[in-house]
Amino acid sequence: MGLTLAEKILSHKVGRPVRAGELLVVEVDQVMVVDSIAGSFFKRLEYLEATPRYPERVSIVIDHVAPAANLEVAKAQKEIREWGKRHGIRVFDVGRGVCHQVLVEEGLVQPGFVVVGSDSHSTTYGAVGAFGTGMGATDIALAAASGRTWLRVPESVKVVFRGKLPKGVTAKDAALEMVRLLTAEGATYMAVEIHLLDGAEALTRGERMTLANLTVEAGAKAGLVVPSGEILELYRVPEWLYPDPDATYVKEVEIDLSALTPRVSVPFYVDNVHEVAEVKGKRVDQVFIGTCTNGRIEDLRAAAEVLKGRKVAPWVRLLVVPASSQVLEEAARDGTLLTLLEAGATIGTPGCGPCMGRHMGVLAPGEVCVSTSNRNFRGRMGAPDAEIYLASPRVAAASAVAGYLTTPEELEEVHG
Amino acid sequence: MARVWKFGDQINTDDILPGKYAPFMVGEDRFHLYAFAHLRPGFAEEVRPGDILVFGRNAGLGSSREYAPEALKRLGIRAIIAKSYARIFFRNLVNLGIVPFESEEVVDALEDGDQVELDLETGVLTRGEERFQLRPPPPFLLEALKEGSLLDYYKKHGRFPGE
Repeated sequence: MGLTLAEKILSHKVGRPVRAGELLVVEVDQVMVVDSIAGSFFKRLEYLEATPRYPERVSIVIDHVAPAANLEVAKAQKEIREWGKRHGIRVFDVGRGVCHQVLVEEGLVQPGFVVVGSDSHSTTYGAVGAFGTGMGATDIALAAASGRTWLRVPESVKVVFRGKLPKGVTAKDAALEMVRLLTAEGATYMAVEIHLLDGAEALTRGERMTLANLTVEAGAKAGLVVPSGEILELYRVPEWLYPDPDATYVKEVEIDLSALTPRVSVPFYVDNVHEVAEVKGKRVDQVFIGTCTNGRIEDLRAAAEVLKGRKVAPWVRLLVVPASSQVLEEAARDGTLLTLLEAGATIGTPGCGPCMGRHMGVLAPGEVCVSTSNRNFRGRMGAPDAEIYLASPRVAAASAVAGYLTTPEELEEVHG
Repeated sequence: MARVWKFGDQINTDDILPGKYAPFMVGEDRFHLYAFAHLRPGFAEEVRPGDILVFGRNAGLGSSREYAPEALKRLGIRAIIAKSYARIFFRNLVNLGIVPFESEEVVDALEDGDQVELDLETGVLTRGEERFQLRPPPPFLLEALKEGSLLDYYKKHGRFPGE
C-alpha cells in the first residue's frame, strides 16, 4: 500500500516507511517563533536550562503587533532583539512582514522540510511541499532545545481542485469552499493533501499559500499541496516528494474550480461559507486587505484592479497591510500602491495588522468588517458583537467602494 | 468537590482568551484574569482551583496561543472534558499538564454548576451517587503527566516519553 505525501515526508525524516497513527519523534528543519509568544518561549527554554540546539534553524518574527502598540509589547520586543543577539538567532524585525510570508520569501522553508511554527497558520508552508504545522509555546521551545518534535503521523484527506478559476474568482474563494466542504473539524488531526489538476496546477505559489493557509480552519495538522507548476520552477523538489497513486485517504473531496463563484465566510464561524450573492447588501464600516492569507502582491494587484478610478465609500475605512516589505516594495514599484492610495486606502506596516484585534484597526461595537484574513470568530478583531466577513481581495475592494458587501461584477452593473 | 463549567461546541481560543488580552499585551501577571472575557464575563473571579471545564465538539480550535490554556492553568484548572479537541489545543493541554479527557456521554450528562469529583489518573468521575468512567490518558501522556507536564518530563529526562 502506498504512502500519502505527509507519510512520505515523515518517512523520509525517520529513514523508514511510517504510516498514519504512528507516534514519532522527528528532526525539525525550521522552528518559527512569533513575537506574541516569544516571552513564553524564552521562559520555557530558561526553565529547561537550554538554548536552541541549532541556532540557524530558529527564526523569530516580530509581526503580530508591529510596531509595538503599547509599553508591554515594546518591552517584550526589546527582549526579543536582545535575546536574538545573545543567542545568534535571526530576528525579522518590525516591518519585515507576516511570519509565514517572510519564511517563504527568505527561502527558509523548502520542499520536504518539517517546519514547526508558534502560529496555527504554519500549515501555509505546505504550499511549497513542506510539512508545516502550528504548535504552542512549550512545543516550540522543546523543538528549539532538542531540534526535534513529537507527532502522530496524520491520516490524510485528499482535496482535488480541478480546472481553471473563472474570471473574478480567486484562490481565496476556492479555499473557503474547501473549508465549507470539510467543515471546521473535518480534518482535525489530519493532513489535507491538495492536488491541483486539469489546469489548476497553474495556481501560483502565493495562491497555493492561500489554500494551505486555510486548511487549519478545517482543523488540519498540515496542508500539503502536491508540487507542480510554479513550484517546480522555484524550488528543487526531491523526486520522492509525491504521494503514491495507491495511498489511502480518510476521504476525498473534489472541487471544480471552473464552476466556482465568489464566496464569503459569515460570522462567527469560518466554515459558515456562502455565496457573496446571499449576503450582499450588508453595510460595511471597515475593509481590511492583508494577512498571511491574502496580503501578497497578487492580492494587492487584484484589489487595485477593482479600485482603479474609483473611490472608497465615505463611511468606509480601507486598510491595506502588505504581507511583507517585499510585497510593499513591489506594490510601490509597479504602481499598485498609488492606485490603492488614490482610491482612499491607507497603508499599514507589513505584518499581521488588525487580524487579531490588537491594534491598527480594532472594531467598535456593532461594526462590520470585510476582511481578507482567515478568522471571523466572535470578538476576534475587537468588540464581541462586531462582525467579520471573510472574502477575497476583489470582493473586499468592491465592498469598500460600494460601502456594502458586493462583488466587482455587481459594482460594475450598479456604478458602471 | 469541583464545580463543572460547561460550554458549547466549537469554543475557540479567542473565546478562551481574546487576543487583545495576551500576556504581552496586558502583562504576564494579569492575562489569566481575562479568561472567557467575552463569552462568560466574571468567570475568572468565580472559578476555583480544581474546577472542571466541559466543552462540546472541536474544543479549542483556532489560534495556537498557548496562553489561552495557560490562563486556565493559572486559574487552577487541571482537567477538561470535551467531546473532541482541536489538535493544537490538545497538545498545549498535555504540554501544560492539564488532562484532556474525551467523552460524548459524560459531556452530555454533565450540567453547568454540577458538583463532581474527578480522579485524574483513573478517569473516575462521581456526581453524588453517580459514577462515570472516563478513558484514562494514553501512556505517552500519562508518562509526561507523571512529571507534571511534557516540559517537566523533558527537563528531567532530556528526551521525550518513549524515545
